Amino acid sequence: MDQALHSRITLSVNGEKRALPEGATVADLLAEIGLAARKVAVERNLEIVPRSQYGATVLASGDAIEIVHFIGGG
Amino acid sequence: MDGMTETQDDLWEVAGRRFRSRLVVGTGRYKSLEETAASIAASGAEMVTVAVRRVNLSDASAPMLQDFVPPDRYTYLPNTAGCHTAQEAVRTLRLAREAGGWNLVKLEVLGPPPFLYPDMAATFEAAAALLADNFEVMVYCADDPVAAKRLEEMGCVAIMPLGAPIGSGMGVVNPYMIRAIKSQAKVPVLVDAGIGTASDAALAMELGCDAVLLNSAIAHSQDPVRMAVAMKHAVLAGRAAFLAGRMGRDYKADASSPMDGLIRKGG
Repeated sequence: MDQALHSRITLSVNGEKRALPEGATVADLLAEIGLAARKVAVERNLEIVPRSQYGATVLASGDAIEIVHFIGGG
Repeated sequence: MDGMTETQDDLWEVAGRRFRSRLVVGTGRYKSLEETAASIAASGAEMVTVAVRRVNLSDASAPMLQDFVPPDRYTYLPNTAGCHTAQEAVRTLRLAREAGGWNLVKLEVLGPPPFLYPDMAATFEAAAALLADNFEVMVYCADDPVAAKRLEEMGCVAIMPLGAPIGSGMGVVNPYMIRAIKSQAKVPVLVDAGIGTASDAALAMELGCDAVLLNSAIAHSQDPVRMAVAMKHAVLAGRAAFLAGRMGRDYKADASSPMDGLIRKGG
């Protein structure tokens, strides 16, 4: 159990605290939430993460992640 | 050339994209995504505005706008609704560009309630930042011919002055200024905001505008699909009337029937 705790990172996703395994990528995060990559955009610490980089972008403890999509608007 | 052919070929163009429909509709304020989809289809619009918001993490399987209003069928025009600073607007549209993969956007930076009138100082600042970042900016703005011209000179691809405050349904309260802005513009001019019913949309088109952008007029009507149809026809009618060129106004009557050949008792 202690081992498992040590191997996890804590970050903020859309303002909510979330724990992920160390080494998790943006692609892993989207998969865990259950989101299709082609329908969202991701910002990490105020920088856009290009969709092509989701699999290569490793998350770190303390990251502030925003995941957005299109909704109805005028 | 007959009238029908002319109407069918009457396209308008913004940022290199051509559209047949001169009605641009918002996708907000509907009761459901089903109603959104049905109303937009009925409006005949080819371009729709959309907002950018956080995904609901607790229900990622919830239906999304894109499933009902497919981006391969409609040109999405992401907006900056809710942004009150240039910085927020730029950040929002950078995300929109990544989500949608296109750079045609609607910039709106609003002042405080109750009027949500365009904050032009912040709008200029945001427009400059977006243009420098290679966005193609359709800009919501005050009904101010000087401001409109400046936005065009900065490189905005369409000028979108308000007819009346957002969601007010007050119609085109400033026809003189809308006409003034259109008369000096080299890029498309759209009346954006304030339209309440079909005659308002027709008036905007009769003034010579290239298109009309509206949302609440359809979404907040009692029967959105029927109002969407009304708006479609209103825009077509207003456009045709503009192209036809209205007759002059006169304070005195001018009989339509000839005075010659009247029958007279005992003639």
